[in-house]
Amino acid sequence: MSRFPKVPLAAAACLAASLAIAEPLGIGRVALPEEVAAWDIDVRPDGQGLPVGSGSVADGEVIFAEQCAACHGDFAEGLDRWPELAGGQDSLNSVNPIKTVGSYWPYGSTVFDYIKRAMPFGNAQSLSDDEVYALTAFLYHMNDLVDADFALSNENFTAIALPNADGFIDDPRPDTRTLAIAEPCMRDCKASVEITKRAAVLDVTPSDEKNPSASID
Amino acid sequence: MSDNRQGTKSGRRASRRDFLKAGIGLGGAVAAGKAFASEADPAITEVQDWNRYLGAGTDAAPYGMPSQHEAEVVRRNVRWLTASTESSVNFTPLHALDGIITPNGLCFERHHAGVAEVDPAQHRLMINGLVKRPLVFTVDDIKRFPRENRIYFLECAANSGMEWRGAQLNGCQFTHGMVHCVQYTGVPLKRILDEAGLKTSAKWIMPEGADAAAMNRSVPLAKALDDCLVAFKMNGEALRPEQGYPLRLVVPGWEGNMWVKWLRRIEVGDMPWHTREETSKYTDLMDDGRSRRFTWVMDAKSVITSPSPQAPMLHKGHNVLTGIAWSGRGKIEKVDITLDGGRNWQSARIDGPSLPRALHRFYYEFTWNGEPLLMQSRAVDSTGYVQPSKDELRAVRGLNSIYHNNGIQTWHVTSSGEVENVEVS
Repeated sequence: MSRFPKVPLAAAACLAASLAIAEPLGIGRVALPEEVAAWDIDVRPDGQGLPVGSGSVADGEVIFAEQCAACHGDFAEGLDRWPELAGGQDSLNSVNPIKTVGSYWPYGSTVFDYIKRAMPFGNAQSLSDDEVYALTAFLYHMNDLVDADFALSNENFTAIALPNADGFIDDPRPDTRTLAIAEPCMRDCKASVEITKRAAVLDVTPSDEKNPSASID
Repeated sequence: MSDNRQGTKSGRRASRRDFLKAGIGLGGAVAAGKAFASEADPAITEVQDWNRYLGAGTDAAPYGMPSQHEAEVVRRNVRWLTASTESSVNFTPLHALDGIITPNGLCFERHHAGVAEVDPAQHRLMINGLVKRPLVFTVDDIKRFPRENRIYFLECAANSGMEWRGAQLNGCQFTHGMVHCVQYTGVPLKRILDEAGLKTSAKWIMPEGADAAAMNRSVPLAKALDDCLVAFKMNGEALRPEQGYPLRLVVPGWEGNMWVKWLRRIEVGDMPWHTREETSKYTDLMDDGRSRRFTWVMDAKSVITSPSPQAPMLHKGHNVLTGIAWSGRGKIEKVDITLDGGRNWQSARIDGPSLPRALHRFYYEFTWNGEPLLMQSRAVDSTGYVQPSKDELRAVRGLNSIYHNNGIQTWHVTSSGEVENVEVS
């Protein structure tokens, strides 16, 4: 499966039209290499952007307990409404899909990139690169992807594939009616109409303390 | 003066929530037709305080606020949705608004690590990656580029997501309030990328925020060069902190998460990054366990904003039904209204500007005799896309999808004038 989704035709046409490149106005200044290095922390699935470093499952377990478990739980199972990061395998086509690193995330680079830029919640970008490798290794282990004695590094990073890497397809919309298929009905469109669902039954509108059955994340 | 509020229309409107919460029908509040007064209206015959005494002078409110009688018109949260308010969302009070422009203070908020309080003097925008000259701009630098003014809606991909499996929330604010529409002032992103000079291998960009989530998404270069803006004003004034002050990316018609706030960096690359927000989140899980990714465009959608559960019917006789419609693929061509649950439809009247990738305002005037109604709106956009029913979406995408729910909304108006969120066969 390609990592390059097809760009919509209209957008492609705009690309062609926009090839007229504007003359530079001399605004801004050249970024220094150390400035780029300070901010250029992103990591891609092909490994571009990975810093030199390594971390073990064992180290990750210790860091996770200190830095992450208060929200994600000791075993990355997720507490309250904080995200669960492990488990959920074979749940995606069920009525209760559980989207974790092991069940859903397509690439390990996403785990590394996200932890490095945004975690721990409220103390972002405080972890060393080795700590991020260790946490990523620990999450792999919690998802039964590597053994307890495993260590993850920039050298072996791209050798580990996540189970759901092939679980994504590109956007096929529009996937419902258009005028090219049929004009919308205006008269006598149904024989009868019955109410089939009511929000009042769930009664989860704010000002109410009850827990709902579903939520966004 | 506060005693006077009880007898005013505003006072009655402010009490609607309590009315509905208590589950009391509006009964006597529903008045029929043109009436003859039996006694003179004290609102006319008595001199009101504001009619006699001096009001506050200029500068009483250096930054103006709405009338105290509009205090109910605020963004509201749904606490059970998320674990903390720092990574959460609140909702635009659509039921109380009109026209196509959302006031800045009512634009819904969605943050992943709270509101970044950025000092503009310390803010930088860096362009790096596949460019000839990696560049750094100050906020003042950005304002030296040629500017454009554009009106666009912004809709969160999760708007109406709580309704995917069925009717959940009794309020248009909560079912549809993750959308707003403002006029942005900004610089075409193409102009800024050209300043750095794109290499021929460039295919994608990755905007990144300066917040504690360092929000990052992958945007195809074709879109970046087409109509994206780096904005610094909304509705004429500086971006609000919760909307990305001092700089935010504008990605017209595409899901709100891509409109990176507190924009500090744009990296140019030759493939997508597959960031957390475009893999773990904002992907559409199908029944077979596979997921759609890069589902960027927000398809045509509409909703009746009034009447709605927070804006019940108060009068028999002539009434104004109003709502909004929008499409990430272009303009809204037409909006149809049904009052009988989809058996028969009539075209609504679109009033005000009709702009691509902006909210459209529609009206439908009708006479209500007190019979229960099942109200729906259905939008058709300029590409010929027809807003689907929720069941049509479920038939294609299953029950686990959450995101990109643009299905037709049904409001049930009871004979007492209350409005509830329902689905119909």
